[in-house]
Amino acid sequence: MTSPVLEIEGVSKRFGANLANDDISLTLAKGEIVALLGENGAGKTTLMSILFGHYMQDAGRILIDGAELPPGKPRAAIRAGVGMVHQHFSLAPNLSVLENVMTGTEKLWSWRSGTSAARKKLLAISERFGLKVDPGARLGDLSVGEQQRVEILKALYNDARILILDEPTAVLTNIEAEKLFATLKQMARQGLSLIFISHKLDEVMAAADRIVVLRGGKMVAKRTASETSKAELAELMVGRRVTRPVREPSTPGAVALEAAEVTVKIDGVERLKSISFHLREGEILGIIGVSGNGQAALAHLLSGTLSRTSGDLLLFGEAIGNPGVADVVGAGIGRIPEDRNEEGVIGEMAIWENAVLERISASAFSQHGLVNRKAGMAFAKQIIDQFDVRGGSPASRTRLLSGGNMQKLILGRNLHRRPRILIAAQPARGLDEGAVAAVHARLLEARRQGTAVLLISEDLDEVIALADRVQAIVGGRLSPPVEAEAANARKLGLMMAGEWQETREPDHAL
Amino acid sequence: MRFERREHRPVYLMVLTPVLAVIAALALSGILIAIAGAPVLDAYWRILIGAFGSRLSATETLTRATPLMLTGLAAAVAFRARLWNIGAEGQFYLGAIAVAAASSKLLGDLPAPVLIPTLLLVGAVAGMALILIPLWLRLRFSVDEVVTSLLLNFIALLFVSMLIDGVLKDPLAFGWPQSQSVSDHAMLPKLVARSRLHIGFAIAIALAIVVHLIQSRTVFGLQSRAAGLNPVGAVFAGVPLGRTLVKVACLSGGLAGLAGAIEVLGVKGYVTTDLSPGFGYAGIVVAMLANLNPLGVILAAIFTATMFVGADGMSRGLGIPTYIADVTVALSLLTMLIALFFTQYRIRR
Repeated sequence: MTSPVLEIEGVSKRFGANLANDDISLTLAKGEIVALLGENGAGKTTLMSILFGHYMQDAGRILIDGAELPPGKPRAAIRAGVGMVHQHFSLAPNLSVLENVMTGTEKLWSWRSGTSAARKKLLAISERFGLKVDPGARLGDLSVGEQQRVEILKALYNDARILILDEPTAVLTNIEAEKLFATLKQMARQGLSLIFISHKLDEVMAAADRIVVLRGGKMVAKRTASETSKAELAELMVGRRVTRPVREPSTPGAVALEAAEVTVKIDGVERLKSISFHLREGEILGIIGVSGNGQAALAHLLSGTLSRTSGDLLLFGEAIGNPGVADVVGAGIGRIPEDRNEEGVIGEMAIWENAVLERISASAFSQHGLVNRKAGMAFAKQIIDQFDVRGGSPASRTRLLSGGNMQKLILGRNLHRRPRILIAAQPARGLDEGAVAAVHARLLEARRQGTAVLLISEDLDEVIALADRVQAIVGGRLSPPVEAEAANARKLGLMMAGEWQETREPDHAL
Repeated sequence: MRFERREHRPVYLMVLTPVLAVIAALALSGILIAIAGAPVLDAYWRILIGAFGSRLSATETLTRATPLMLTGLAAAVAFRARLWNIGAEGQFYLGAIAVAAASSKLLGDLPAPVLIPTLLLVGAVAGMALILIPLWLRLRFSVDEVVTSLLLNFIALLFVSMLIDGVLKDPLAFGWPQSQSVSDHAMLPKLVARSRLHIGFAIAIALAIVVHLIQSRTVFGLQSRAAGLNPVGAVFAGVPLGRTLVKVACLSGGLAGLAGAIEVLGVKGYVTTDLSPGFGYAGIVVAMLANLNPLGVILAAIFTATMFVGADGMSRGLGIPTYIADVTVALSLLTMLIALFFTQYRIRR
């Protein structure tokens, strides 16, 4: 191999007591794809932020084409040809694609805006790397996958030769992710060097030439993709053997929740179209589907934050009207929201406040409108102990918890009182291996204790591993259920594409 | 040099922040005083003497602090819930005029122990009524309440101006636009004899404590904080967003209206269009200086009043314009905002 385009030499970075990066070194060659693999909090993003100049390292240096990069200067990094694609895009939704790409490159004092030259350059890049976009489209109108493409184009427009992608698939559907990796490979063939951050073993194995594993801020291994296995990587990443829990056979009980031809319209658009399902005690019903097909409406409907337009909901055989959050929580329904940062917790509030907020009016936590802080703190302490929430005390701010621990808090406040029904929307999304296993174990334990679990997920493996029965959601419609025995990846894949019924109506509107 | 978010905010920093901000503001306006050719420390000493040097000046300062506490509380409770009530000035005037109208036209014959609480309530309700307009526009049509509540201030002032030049005009005021005076027995009892300091000051402090308890101890307080920090999360947790905001608005508008009522019943006895030298706006500064903490509002209001009252003494003694007080208070808002930034971020090199 030729001399490396990028060398990271002995980089260390400390945040307070936490050593986020401990003497990390790695190299990147021209045309190579390196995956930075590690759990949340392993120091992957910190390392890339140092490379891009967002943070200054405490020790070590970074060389690009043999020349040292001045630390803490994003502009120098951009000039040296480093491009960064953030997990949360740094784009303006109200500007056009072209304007977004040009932002930051225009001269402040210039009569000509240079738009036509920019458009030509953008189209040339888009052609060369097979990243199709419409330069005039308003960014906010694009799908998440397309927005990411714009973010990549923006980096390429700045003549990036080294592209860093921070968890690029976190926001993508499986199909979009596959497309993305095809694009990345094409870019590498054209001579670009890429580093992508991930904690997903499948994609690391599929897309990377080499894999660098970080754990607890230290570099624990470097592997060539062809000479390692998922099992080895998982062990390296977590530091111990992780096995996801397995579902044991069980006999479900009475029907806990039933939907009969429920339709939900939001702003005149039908998000759920006459869906029907029934959910029994002691079973997990999986709702599989590519995200954006009505899952959010379904989860909100059952969480009490959305009303239905027509159809019936039955709770233990009794029709319920349009229940609000208080009704739903009061009826013993636990809820795990899809977006834990936005919906699940209020980051700036204390852990104990988040533990009790949804049941604050219950007599256990308040009397005569006065909050019983002591009881709330004790409750939070119990959840922290029982559900192994790490990184915070009852009084500390919830934002400081990692995603996995935040999810454990949410699980804890729901499962602590043994709910009769649990609505779990994408409960393991974005979590690392260890946390996924913990969440799955909790869901299976709830099932064993007789809770009826509705698992809304877009992860095939997750649904196959956990669900007793599976229904697919496509364009707001639900397929008839298939039993777990019949639910293999191929069959579910077809169902997710909408192929389950000959009699299905042709309209595919969303 | 760059900024990093602080993960932990130590308590001492939260206490130190406003102190440092005020010191920085004083240092900056000291430059102006020096340019004006006066000795800086002497000027500040005279401000302190002017505000607290005698029994009279001390009571005067606390009298001035009273409406600032109430409008400061009005801003603090609203801002805490991310309800941007910039309309305390208008609510102040509406509270004031409602009291003047009620005492001269409707309730003047009631005995004092009934009359005074009733009038205070009337003032508070008037303030609430005014803030409900921008709130309704926000909840119904998503209209930004910053704009609507701010512009309503001018409408309220013109409305008051119309009344005191019309139906409520005092015939004995030699043609000056001035409302009829409230009857003597409606005036608030004095807190200190032979001074202007009235029990409104005690009421304001009591209300600061009550608001603090509401925010820290009640379900409503918890829910309104949740609604302010993350509305989506609050809705998911079952917080009735609209109802919570209505309650917050009523509390905020009520406090501002009460400020107007107390200023009329405690000090002036009648309403003119210069009843408030910008108490409603200064309340925003007071609230920010207190970092939206209701108990902090007490101190912030006294600081602001000290500057305003003390500046008169300094001006007389050294010949420096009194608006140095405005400059200092305005600078303290800026330095406080900068200081608050540094409680959330640290500088790294």
